[in-house]
Amino acid sequence: MGARTVADMNPQGERWTAEQVLALAPDAASRTAGGKLAAAGTWSGAGAHGQAVWGLCSGSGGTPYQTVVDLNGPGYRCSCPSRKFPCKHALGLLLLWTSGEGGVPADGEPPEWAGQWLGGRRERAEKLAAGARDGGPGPGGGAGDGAGKGGSGGAADPEAAHRRAERRAQRIAAGATELERRLADLLRDGLAAADRAGYGAWDETAARMVDAQAPGLEARVRELAAIPSSGPGWPARLLEECALAHLLNQGFLHLDRLPEKLAATTRTRVGLTTPVAELLAAEEAIRDRWLVLGRQDGTDGRLTTRRTWLRGERTHRMALLLSFSAPGRPPELALPTGLVLDADLAYYPAARPLRAALGTRHEEVAEAAPPVAPPAVEGRDAPGAPEGCEMPGTAPDGCDVETALAAYGAALGEDPWLDGWPVVLADVVPVPGDDGWQLADERSGSALPVDPRCAGRTDLWQLMAISGGGPVTVFGECGHRGFSPITTWDPTPVSLIGTAAQGGTR
Amino acid sequence: MTSTTPVASSASTAPGTSSSAGSSASSASWDDLVAAALLGTERRTPPVAPRPGQDAPSALLDAAALSTVRRRAGLRPAPARPGPDRAPEDPRPALPTAARSRLALLLADRSAPGRGGSRSAPDLAELLPQWLALANHHGYRVPDALLPALLDAARARTDLRAEALTLGGPRALWLARLNPDWRFALRGAAGRASASPPEPSEAATAPDEEQRLWEEGLFAERVSLLATARHRDPAAGLALLSGTWSTERAEDRLMFLDSLRDDLSPSDEPFLEQALSDRSRNVRATAAELLSALPGSALAARMAERSRGCVSLTADEPPADALTTDGLTADALTTDGLAADALTTKGLTPDGLAPDGLAPDGLAPDGLTTERLTAEGSTAEGSIADGLTGDEPTAAGRTPRITVRPPDECDSGMQRDGIVPKPPSGRGARSWWLGQLVEATPLDRWSEWFGGRAPAEIVALPVADGWQADLHAAWCRAAVRQRGAEWCRALLGTPAVAPVTAGEAAPAAWRDPAKLLSALPSQERAEWVAEFIASHGLSDAFRLLGVCAVPWAQPLGRAVVDALDIARDAGSYPWSFSGVMGLAERCLDPTQADRLEVLTAIPDEREGAAPGAGGYWAEAFQRLVGTLRLRAAMQAELAPA
Repeated sequence: MGARTVADMNPQGERWTAEQVLALAPDAASRTAGGKLAAAGTWSGAGAHGQAVWGLCSGSGGTPYQTVVDLNGPGYRCSCPSRKFPCKHALGLLLLWTSGEGGVPADGEPPEWAGQWLGGRRERAEKLAAGARDGGPGPGGGAGDGAGKGGSGGAADPEAAHRRAERRAQRIAAGATELERRLADLLRDGLAAADRAGYGAWDETAARMVDAQAPGLEARVRELAAIPSSGPGWPARLLEECALAHLLNQGFLHLDRLPEKLAATTRTRVGLTTPVAELLAAEEAIRDRWLVLGRQDGTDGRLTTRRTWLRGERTHRMALLLSFSAPGRPPELALPTGLVLDADLAYYPAARPLRAALGTRHEEVAEAAPPVAPPAVEGRDAPGAPEGCEMPGTAPDGCDVETALAAYGAALGEDPWLDGWPVVLADVVPVPGDDGWQLADERSGSALPVDPRCAGRTDLWQLMAISGGGPVTVFGECGHRGFSPITTWDPTPVSLIGTAAQGGTR
Repeated sequence: MTSTTPVASSASTAPGTSSSAGSSASSASWDDLVAAALLGTERRTPPVAPRPGQDAPSALLDAAALSTVRRRAGLRPAPARPGPDRAPEDPRPALPTAARSRLALLLADRSAPGRGGSRSAPDLAELLPQWLALANHHGYRVPDALLPALLDAARARTDLRAEALTLGGPRALWLARLNPDWRFALRGAAGRASASPPEPSEAATAPDEEQRLWEEGLFAERVSLLATARHRDPAAGLALLSGTWSTERAEDRLMFLDSLRDDLSPSDEPFLEQALSDRSRNVRATAAELLSALPGSALAARMAERSRGCVSLTADEPPADALTTDGLTADALTTDGLAADALTTKGLTPDGLAPDGLAPDGLAPDGLTTERLTAEGSTAEGSIADGLTGDEPTAAGRTPRITVRPPDECDSGMQRDGIVPKPPSGRGARSWWLGQLVEATPLDRWSEWFGGRAPAEIVALPVADGWQADLHAAWCRAAVRQRGAEWCRALLGTPAVAPVTAGEAAPAAWRDPAKLLSALPSQERAEWVAEFIASHGLSDAFRLLGVCAVPWAQPLGRAVVDALDIARDAGSYPWSFSGVMGLAERCLDPTQADRLEVLTAIPDEREGAAPGAGGYWAEAFQRLVGTLRLRAAMQAELAPA
């Protein structure tokens, strides 16, 4: 399952950087193990050709492991028994390849074992591409669809599909009604009682939402359950979230009275998803050169969700790609921060579109016809030509704190359930403090507080070290509890997420 | 309650959405809504009017939803707090890209708990010190993004601190000032590492500013300040210290005094001499120790004079002759009385020391007096020695030997010079004093006294009455303290000689050859240890290897590898040698990797060998080779373009 439509990682045909490779690692241990294997002595018969890298890695056993990577995707195969993906051998091989020191000669012919797998992959990719061109549904869910609900059944019997959809809508409506009752009871007895009732009281409601096939409502219920133990000020936060849940329930129960786009947003928020294939077929694809701004992995214990944010060079639109995997395996979509990809994106229908699915990527065309200089839309001018983003070593342009808050405010106007809006902040100085961090704009004297929930997962000290007390560019989400930094530039992109585990006490 | 959102709210931009939020939302304040929700609509009527057919909770939720979205959409920036000062500029070059990734890996390995690596994978954490030293050697600065991880590593491992802080440079200190977790970095461990460039922030400190910090600063800051000042200008640093010396607390005096050790020079003598009268015993002892490391100091001269009264060179005579010798001495004394006179004068002249320590010795009716005459005579011209042999023809042709007569008491002068009067339990007081005297005596005086003999000859001299162990042990300590390479060499002897088990009977040098080795030039150290390993194997070599310079010189590396190979052939398990293996991974020259490659193959199991040992050895050698290759790669990555 996965990103079969994802094309070339690297339209320029250059070797990746070690950072890009390390960003693929499923965890810190793999990063380390891969680094150890990135030595020429470990590998034999290694080589690279086009989009393929392969090699034999001598392990502790007798037979060397056969490792092959298709940079297209990327995809990996290794004969080792590891359950990690990519395994340390694939990472080590890629790291060796990135070093460019002759450990992996560039112009080889893949050996038979590698060639077979590469050929199979290419075939499948071509089939899929053909399918997409025909407008037919592709096999499988594709990159963005965690629900994994294939679209093929719908095509076979539209009548049956319609009936199924009806039934599900009814179930969700029942769930929403149930949740409304629960909220009303809560408000009647008072939120103070929620504190005493504890977590368990919500468990049953969450289970009902599962029965109602409304994962969006279930997630909200679980959040509500956690608020009373979230520290000072919880009653206000609980009321806020109760009110937004209520708003969502009411929205879904009166879906027919909402404008079309807002109805779509409501449906999505409740947990109804559109299969990727259907989306790609139905929605207009937006082609742009998309800069990968950052990414963040999260898990709810059952599913790992990877969020990857992009920004269009020409359209200046933000996009969010989601990919999912079982716990312990990283989602397959691994776009390194700083990469620019020329690709089609299809936005999920919404009042404020953000989530998108990745469609066709146009590597060859990109080289043949360099994209036209972006028209100065939205009053933004991009000095230094579009290549600015392509070279690692340039921070993207951003806005000030005022504009960031305004962007979130404007987005809320269309989607009231938004917790945050992705924003690139330019020229802000991190300021640590006893009651939380700030990102301060020295010129205007105004500042955005850093979301206090960042403390555990974001390496704010890394941001501090990079800033050296001076202004930096930071990408993150601007929300109602403050700004959550995700990426900064030094001037190569540095992810602020995930390294926090190193400094447990910080 | 709104204060939980630290951004002030202004409801200027209403969302204009939320079609289901109802029209009944009144202008009730958010705090009112929260208060009502907290108590429950049963107890308090919410400040909102329900629409017809709507219950109170729903009306409250409608109003809350509208208020929430409105407030969120209208968030305004908060006023900026003053930020920290800018970090000082660091002009050093950035790391090459590959080296940067390598450092990230090395630091990540540190944080990965229970490295699940196989036994044949290198231990990256052990390579971090080398990497840091090499990077500092090239004068790089750490990438800013890795500073927090580097500081965390240095916080957890004190052995990394000096190099880590040097690599971190001014920005590391700047960052450490902002985060209490990294306060250790401000304690002045910095600046000690090799090739440390002058830190702009430190160097820029004006003398006035320095003086102020010295007088008002925290202890840690002052220790660091003193070390920096001493390093730059020893005299100025000393002036700083002596200015406030009398007002310092005893513990602080001890620490400050100890910090003089690194840049000790003869000009420190007056200050140290003064510290010999300090109130604190520990301060006195430290001052004495420092003075004795200055061979030209008055203390060293006093110690030498005392030693001279205790250790002397004499012709080897049978004990039966003692009487005649006595007779002769008494004779010599009585007949001319010159010797006693000469002694007394001699004892007084150098430094006006009270003669009470020497006078009894000088008068003592034993062989020593004769010996003293000989020694003195020989320094002048040797005529008395000639005369002596003439007097006593039986002594002609006999080998000389050293006789020892330890001091009878530890007088106040000795105590003032740092001699500890009370021996540890189990040791005789007189031999304890003797040891301290000899230890503090400048080594080249012995050659002077013993007829111009070289250290090797002196060490080879027999010592009478079982004093050899004490005397040699004291010489060893003196050689280490005074960095006397030739004496160390002499005391070490040849490595091939069996290192008798380190009991009382063993030559003193064998009890701690590592210390003696550390005073020798690195090449010589390596050769000595190589020969030692070739003769005795690896079992006693661990400490010796620890003092050898990294990477190991060619002959040493070869000796270690050969010894490991022999151990494998002997059928033992590799983990008996894990200590040496670990050292070899870190210290062998990476160019040895190719030579070792052959050893990574799993040999056929031979009869008599420990079961499975071959496989384990292959694994151990794989790891060794892997680590060496990794180190070679590390070095290559750090090489400037």
